[in-house]
Amino acid sequence: MEQKQLTGSQAVLEACIAEGVDTIFGYPGGAIMPIYDALYDYKEKLNHILVRHEQGGIHAGQGYARSSGKVGVVFATSGPGATNLVTGLADAMIDSTPLVCITGQVFAHLLGTDAFQETDVINITMPVTKWNYQITDAEEIPAVLAKAFYLARSGRPGPVLIDISKNAQFQLFDYPGYTPCNHVRSYRPKPVIRKEYIDEAVALINNAKKPLVVFGQGVILGKAEKEFKKFIEKSGMPAAWTILGLSALPTDHPQNVGMVGMHGNYGPNVLTNDCDVLIAIGMRFDDRVTGRLDKYAKQAKIIHLDIDPSEIDKNVKADVGVWGDCKETLPLLTLGIEQKDRSEWLAVFAKYAKEEYDQCIQPEMYPTTEAMTMAEAIRVANEVTEGNAIMVTDVGQHQMVTCRYAKFNQTRSNVTSGGLGTMGFGLPAAIGAKFGAQDRTVIAVIGDGGFQMTLQELGTIMQTGVDVKIMILNNQFLGMVRQWQDLFMDKRYSFVDIQSPDYVMLAKSYGIAGAKVEHRKDLESAVKTMLEHKGSYLLEVMVGKENNVFPMVPQGCSVSEIRLK
Amino acid sequence: MYHNTDKQEYTITVYTENQVGLLNRIAIIFSRRKINVESLNTSPSEVPGIHRFTIVVEESRDVVLKVVRQIEKQVEVLKAYFNTNDEIVWQELALYKVLSEEITEKVKVERLLREFGARAVAIRKDFIVFETTGHREETNKLMKALEPYGLVEFVRSARVAIIKESAGFHEKLKDFEKREPGEEVTENEYLGKREAVFTM
Repeated sequence: MEQKQLTGSQAVLEACIAEGVDTIFGYPGGAIMPIYDALYDYKEKLNHILVRHEQGGIHAGQGYARSSGKVGVVFATSGPGATNLVTGLADAMIDSTPLVCITGQVFAHLLGTDAFQETDVINITMPVTKWNYQITDAEEIPAVLAKAFYLARSGRPGPVLIDISKNAQFQLFDYPGYTPCNHVRSYRPKPVIRKEYIDEAVALINNAKKPLVVFGQGVILGKAEKEFKKFIEKSGMPAAWTILGLSALPTDHPQNVGMVGMHGNYGPNVLTNDCDVLIAIGMRFDDRVTGRLDKYAKQAKIIHLDIDPSEIDKNVKADVGVWGDCKETLPLLTLGIEQKDRSEWLAVFAKYAKEEYDQCIQPEMYPTTEAMTMAEAIRVANEVTEGNAIMVTDVGQHQMVTCRYAKFNQTRSNVTSGGLGTMGFGLPAAIGAKFGAQDRTVIAVIGDGGFQMTLQELGTIMQTGVDVKIMILNNQFLGMVRQWQDLFMDKRYSFVDIQSPDYVMLAKSYGIAGAKVEHRKDLESAVKTMLEHKGSYLLEVMVGKENNVFPMVPQGCSVSEIRLK
Repeated sequence: MYHNTDKQEYTITVYTENQVGLLNRIAIIFSRRKINVESLNTSPSEVPGIHRFTIVVEESRDVVLKVVRQIEKQVEVLKAYFNTNDEIVWQELALYKVLSEEITEKVKVERLLREFGARAVAIRKDFIVFETTGHREETNKLMKALEPYGLVEFVRSARVAIIKESAGFHEKLKDFEKREPGEEVTENEYLGKREAVFTM
């Protein structure tokens, strides 16, 4: 029997289909034209979303991956197309987001000749990819793409970039069929779990008087939300989250004590330096979480669960490192630990929570000032969505406020740029998040600064008709930088006074409905109108110009030196 | 983040797949942390198809440990080890070019060769090339000795090192090729005996 012949381009698309890809975010260009030509015949099977900028494409891919739990796929051309992916790759790398990015490359015989739109994308992206590879021969495509998808989603997930020269895309070859990859000999996605560390961890937890759990995105990436809930419920321990762990545990769970870190909650930050055992699960002790490292949880024994061995002891020395996939390690811990009532210890958190509520939260959520606050906008959104929406944020004050105050009932509901802090992430990520979870409401909460970084993606919304609710919290400043200038730089407001266009008119020009609210009395009905509107909607909420986000752990301070004002 | 105390020479041995670009992936792990690589050698290893990097840095143990974990995390790296100088046997090779006229006139060449364990690898009318292998101090000594006689060129290779306690990589590779590898491959040395990092 004659073997089936395919072009390299067709093989790329066959690989996507075999991997269960339904949506691709991309932008065509010279060096990826053969793939786009092949895509013309695959329109029924693969939904390609034409973005307005490759950075928008990759952030959309990230949003898709975060809301769906699947690998995000992004296409871009060579040269500027590929370099425009770099910010998104760095963001996905530091936030462990599974992506497969395919870039076109010049013909193999032109490599290294400074050909038109040639750039050394492999070397440029090396530090910001989990793996990358250049294909110059179509025969390599099926196996390399299988490896790419496997590496992107397995172990600690991350972005993979495959650069394919134009000749390989055109090349006809005998197609051997697609075989998924589940083993690379030099790569160990999941370590073998060592029982002795499970036992040591169990003993520490059982003997602890004041244990504290701090969980990160590992719980979500490991799809271990149920295992995690069982673990904390049996142990009775308070559980605090990092910004990327948010939504893995419902907001109103009685053991959910809030966020750790720079703008986290009062109790978990202060009590980090009072607990006797700190159980870190799928988190990496970022400096925004730990504050001053030499004054971080020094009194506590540290148990650190992570799938990535290089994270254990990296920033905080672990007394017991439980290396492994938390979907497997958590049930083992749950099995060993004793059922405990820790209501006394939880009551200490409640005391701090009360103090924080009175001093910070209440005045922010129910302000008496004339100007509206960001927190009340989020509170109103909570009331209308009842905590069922996916909240996508950009970066800055509105991000901290949203993560602090948004209510979540289910996992994969918070999509934000945590590690890299990429302004401009919000709008495209929200578009991707909606494609990844089409039956859910997606609200993009974005500041007036970040929105102006990637607002071209309104064009993507216009063309695809994707339903994204955009809430711009406009304080007419680059608010977070202004806050630091206010607190630490004698109010020398250097280049933070940013002007905005008429966002409602802008949205209108893209065929997107919108409104602007300037008064509290109109807020609730405006949010309702936005959420009830069929299709995308832009709501601009004018908020107080010089409001600061508190509590705050000032840089260089210990977490227990958190300031309430 | 890193302490600068207790710096000493560490030799990092990395077993890798033979892959274009991997040298750069490994190099940027050092440059990103502003760590100077004193010497770097890539070569085949005892196992066909497996490459072996030998990298020398002068850093504290803490820094080296973290760097080695980052290296091992790379997809195409099979295993990385680090050792202090007393745990390895190592050599460097040096070449010295001198003008024949100058050196034959002023020095008893045969004595020089004997004294420094050197060999003459090229003898021409106009110049001679000597070669020595050994530790840094040894190759330096001959350089110093030749300097007064017009050392025209000097070059020294990267360090190559054999780990004293190593049983080689053949057996280990078999384990890597299995889908369900044993503990030997997935060993988590620093979780086990944090001091006994070398496990082969």
